Amino acid sequence: AAAAICLVCSFHFRGGAELLFDGVKKHQVTLPCQPEPWDIRNLLKWIKQNLLKERPELFMQGDSVRPGILVLINDADWELMGELDYKLQDQDNVLFISTLHGG
Amino acid sequence: MLGKNRVIFPGEKVLLALSGGPASSAMLRQVQEGLSRETAKRLRFVPGLVYVDEGAVCGQSPAQREENLARVEAIVQATGFPYYLAHLEQAFDLPGSILRRGPRGGDKPCPSYKEAVEDFIQQQRQEAADGDGAASLPQRLAQLRTQDMPAGGDPAAPGTRLPAAACTEELVQLFEAAETLTAKEELLQMLRTHLILHTARTQGYTKVMMGDSCTRVAVKLLTNLALGRGAFLAMDTGFMDSRHGDVAVVRPMREYMAKEIAFYNHFFGVPTVITPALRAKRREKTSIHRLMEDFLLGLQAEFPSTISTVYRTGEKLSTAPAEAGSEPGAEPQRCLLCLCALDTLAEEDLALEPTLIAEEVAQRPQGPAGDGCCHAGTQGSCCQSSPTPGAESRAAFLPLLCYSCRLTFKEMVRQRRARGGSASSGRSRAAPRGRSGDPCPPSLPIQHGPSPSRRATQTRCHPTCARRRSAGAAGTTGDTGALLRAGPGLAGPHDGPARGAAGWALRPGLSLPGLR
Repeated sequence: AAAAICLVCSFHFRGGAELLFDGVKKHQVTLPCQPEPWDIRNLLKWIKQNLLKERPELFMQGDSVRPGILVLINDADWELMGELDYKLQDQDNVLFISTLHGG
Repeated sequence: MLGKNRVIFPGEKVLLALSGGPASSAMLRQVQEGLSRETAKRLRFVPGLVYVDEGAVCGQSPAQREENLARVEAIVQATGFPYYLAHLEQAFDLPGSILRRGPRGGDKPCPSYKEAVEDFIQQQRQEAADGDGAASLPQRLAQLRTQDMPAGGDPAAPGTRLPAAACTEELVQLFEAAETLTAKEELLQMLRTHLILHTARTQGYTKVMMGDSCTRVAVKLLTNLALGRGAFLAMDTGFMDSRHGDVAVVRPMREYMAKEIAFYNHFFGVPTVITPALRAKRREKTSIHRLMEDFLLGLQAEFPSTISTVYRTGEKLSTAPAEAGSEPGAEPQRCLLCLCALDTLAEEDLALEPTLIAEEVAQRPQGPAGDGCCHAGTQGSCCQSSPTPGAESRAAFLPLLCYSCRLTFKEMVRQRRARGGSASSGRSRAAPRGRSGDPCPPSLPIQHGPSPSRRATQTRCHPTCARRRSAGAAGTTGDTGALLRAGPGLAGPHDGPARGAAGWALRPGLSLPGLR
């Protein structure tokens, strides 16, 4: 049987990004178990559907985050980890920092 | 950065402008670190902090503003440096002298850093000898003719630190008068700069450090080009900005990208207080600033050297030396609001001229056809025939402003007339009008082409009439407060005439540069 992957992760939003998430900076989340692996691409879709409270165009642009929003996975730049293709592991910590002026 | 550009003297008082954002917070942290080093490379100036609360125009409720202020105060108190919390509403109380260069114009470059430092130290000793430095501050205040800036402004609500609701309301109305987000952003920057400058002057600071990151500087460079401030790029984005004379603005963070700063703040636990930015009424109507930011950051994602390339190119700009044409040592005429040298004086400035002509025509009442601005009759009569006093005051101000400040100003004192659209010269229209020469109402045979006689008449009329009127009794003033107050007042027809006239009070003894 295909193993369903369940993950517990924490997401942090800083630099103004938290304003799009009701001001909540830290989210401890159990991602729904599913056979497809959780890569950042799927994660972003999930965040857009479930966590993002307003104005999705300020956070996402197409498949990826808007330019100007930094993503750190376990305190490392996501460009080092494969960007959208990185497969999330259990207990990972993803940090989104906005360097933009705001909405 | 500070070591390379040696402009800060040991023992000098430097004001750090904190916005609460990542770059200025990182700057504060770096200053703290620099001051605490034990080596000879220790920073040796005396810092102070200033924070400007802009919550009123960013749509924050009083409760949110209080909360922000409390958080910022906690951060600045922890540093132990003297700090000043200002509200944007206090811009209404600024003295007229804020629009003039300070007494000590720093145009002459110092012969060498060492000599400059010696000069500075000697001056400090002098001031100390003159009675513990206490004499100089009151003298300076008397010079500035400062109005009192009490901590809360007018009687504020008890128990809060915010200014009175009336001031806030006035400020909000002022910003409402500007239609485009671009004008609002420019206005906000202008007021914020003036407030910080005023704090520096009254508290005896000679330098101000702003936390503009490399990303911000690159965006500003291109944005200012789009705004018509191309002539002032070096001043607006350079390391040192000495347009105000006695207070120099320094940008030590301009070599650090926003990304680096974000990482630094994360790894070193630098506290920040993020406040929401100005919002447009409708989502699609963004500002030139945002547009440029999106553009540059979007490019940067694909081509990671974009921002640094823009930055390096901007670094090559330097402030222009005095014009060869004018007499040596003559002070160039400066824009009233941004204190940069006026770039609208050239008579051959054809791009600007049709805009002026179109405006002149738009302001005239529907008089007999064929009337040029200064046809036949006396020169003074053309301006007297204007329908409302607002038009003259507005026309009086325009020649004193540089091109981009004019665009911002025009939005705020837009004439709302029955004819509607044709009178307005909003930013969206100004550029195409200038270039394509939009037609005036067909009944008037005004030529757009540069015919020498007509052009001479036009240029002679517009600035001189305006100046003559302003040099007269109730013309203009250097008072930012009156200027701002009269702004929205002029825009509303019901309010316009009475308020507009009352707002322009002439301050005796304060003559604006350039007025004859």
